[in-house]
Amino acid sequence: MIGVGKIKQYSNILEKPLSKGKQEVSLSAFTFLFSELVQYNQTRVDNIAELERRLEDAGYAVGARVLELLCHRDKGNRRETRLLGILSFVHSTVWKVLFGKVADSLEKGTEHEDEYMISEKDLLVNKFISIPRDMGTFNCGAFVAGIVRGVLDGAGFPAVVTAHFVPMEGLQRPRTTILIKFAEEVLQREARLG
Amino acid sequence: MDTNDSLRVASLWHSMHAISQQLSPTTGCSEIELLEADTFDLHIFQSLTGTKLFVVCKPGTQHMEALLKVVYELYTDYVLNNPFYETKIPIRCELFDINLTQAIQKDRVALLGR
Repeated sequence: MIGVGKIKQYSNILEKPLSKGKQEVSLSAFTFLFSELVQYNQTRVDNIAELERRLEDAGYAVGARVLELLCHRDKGNRRETRLLGILSFVHSTVWKVLFGKVADSLEKGTEHEDEYMISEKDLLVNKFISIPRDMGTFNCGAFVAGIVRGVLDGAGFPAVVTAHFVPMEGLQRPRTTILIKFAEEVLQREARLG
Repeated sequence: MDTNDSLRVASLWHSMHAISQQLSPTTGCSEIELLEADTFDLHIFQSLTGTKLFVVCKPGTQHMEALLKVVYELYTDYVLNNPFYETKIPIRCELFDINLTQAIQKDRVALLGR
């Protein structure tokens, strides 16, 4: 029958509604893509720090876009102005959308006022990756650190975000911790807001 | 047996496999699946891409084909998805080793428990 089940064609892509779309992507497809991303960057850098920086930059671009999308979809265009607000947003909403689950834990650093840590027992991007011995402390979670940095930067909370392996007793593989160190101005603003 | 010896033996097998395909008395024979000797059994699993997996075990051990399929799955998950693995070098992936030993332990426990 003619005309049945025809999808409405939009002349302009900007007029298409921002639907939720398919929530799931195949894990194998993502791991292949990510593995290729790492290999691509590996051939173009001279040292490990540079590789980490490139992965983080790639994540930064994702983070900026994720923030815009989630603010529109899930939060009804409300803006987070408080530190704890934006941290719990990253810890639950962003993690839920990207990895299908809430992050394992959110902690405040004990040594410094401006440090916070999001930990994950088994980060999705690291699930199938074994780092060779000679790469030292390199962590492919730098990609996720970049995503967090992109979200925080876009929301107005400039920070330095890094990913570290933290060995835990009782666990065969070390836990991954995303360390967030906020800039001075963020803390000052937070103190002013009371 | 160090890596050089394993490579030598594996390449020996590759030629034997090709020859056996031609020599087989029955028609429609694709490859050697099992080699039974006095002191050991050698099971072979060949994937669709031509990757061959071997397991050497005591004569008469059961369910080696299932084990080989599990190992193949582990190989695709932890070795091929690893960006630091280059093809044709010996596998040195931590996760693959850990999961491989776990799979073999589980298999052994299941055998003894029966």
